[in-house]
Amino acid sequence: MAIDQRDLDTLRRVILEKSAIVLGDDKEYLIEARLQSLVDGVAFKSIGDLAAEINRNPRSPVIHQVVDALTTNETSFFRDSHPYEALKQTIMPGLIERRADVKRLNIWSAACSSGQEPLTIAMVLREHFPVLNDWDIKILATDLSSEMLERCSEGSYSQLEVSRGLPARLLVRYFEKDGIRWRAKPAIRDLIEYRQMNLSHRFPVMPQMDLVFIRNVLIYFSNEMKSQILGEIGRVLAPDGHLFLGSAESTRGLCEDFERKMVDGAVLFRLAG
Amino acid sequence: MRALLVDDSRAMRSILRRMVEQIGYQVVEAGHGGEALDVLAATDPFDLALVDWNMPHMSGIELVEAVRKDPSLDSMRIVMVTSESDISCMQRALENGADEYVMKPFDQAILLQKLLELGLPSRPQPNDEVA
Repeated sequence: MAIDQRDLDTLRRVILEKSAIVLGDDKEYLIEARLQSLVDGVAFKSIGDLAAEINRNPRSPVIHQVVDALTTNETSFFRDSHPYEALKQTIMPGLIERRADVKRLNIWSAACSSGQEPLTIAMVLREHFPVLNDWDIKILATDLSSEMLERCSEGSYSQLEVSRGLPARLLVRYFEKDGIRWRAKPAIRDLIEYRQMNLSHRFPVMPQMDLVFIRNVLIYFSNEMKSQILGEIGRVLAPDGHLFLGSAESTRGLCEDFERKMVDGAVLFRLAG
Repeated sequence: MRALLVDDSRAMRSILRRMVEQIGYQVVEAGHGGEALDVLAATDPFDLALVDWNMPHMSGIELVEAVRKDPSLDSMRIVMVTSESDISCMQRALENGADEYVMKPFDQAILLQKLLELGLPSRPQPNDEVA
């Protein structure tokens, strides 16, 4: 079932206005697939009705649900192994040495979706760096979707979700069975603070970040917005901090504040100069 | 590369066979732990064993414990593939020598990811014929 062009335009406009995410022509299938389950769950007969409601009432609560449905991305534990290998082998040992006097680390997982990335970072820290046990460590996990953040804070995952990418020995150490689901233990959950944040708005006050993970997120924004977000990240990243992007993403041509470097098979970025 | 599939369900062995043959493994099947030990004693070494938990005659965990007592089988990676999802079962399997644990239901991507983590081939090899 194809979506009427005017309805598509309405949905694209509302996503752009609320999240600055550009849903191109190739995303029609995604719009249809994600919104159909939303239509089935609310009092609208079709995606067309949904679009009509958005046009009729710019403050309709359904807009929030549409944005949530279209901006949430699938993720998994230890997604792409290289960044975590770099974190374990090189980045954390260096950071621990340089922060030994203050014993404090701030890490940001931006657009954390269902929360596997911040939990993976927490597992790497707990598993490989017991020296950090008496450090003040904060992993700030942000997402646009309040529904996702609610899910994240429960720390509860299906069997299939924990099977994707999470080695069994880490599953038994850092998760507990909760009925048919698996719940992250406080040892890793307590390192993470969840907060709603729209990357396309001016960043709120936040501590200087030693590491920023914003992986496979920028691809959804226009080049202008990518530049703005990277510029803002440059302002919150510590001078010796590192930025982790998705494997197909780069700062080149978008923001000159960063320089690229290869670390243990992963491409990372740090502030230039 | 050789893989030993140990499961009392013929249907499950057939599913696993398809998954691992696609990435170039030669497959031998066994219907329970005792049969698997006979195969291991009689044929060339295996790189990988995918082992169910609940089987008649000799269970998967008993097989893992027996295999890990034999130093000549040290290099064989063992992945439990089972519907047992109790944390105590997972702990017992890992403590007694299983290298990984896959809970049913699962898909090919999950299994291949586990093989990749174990340093085993998880995609078609250049010189292997893909079924």
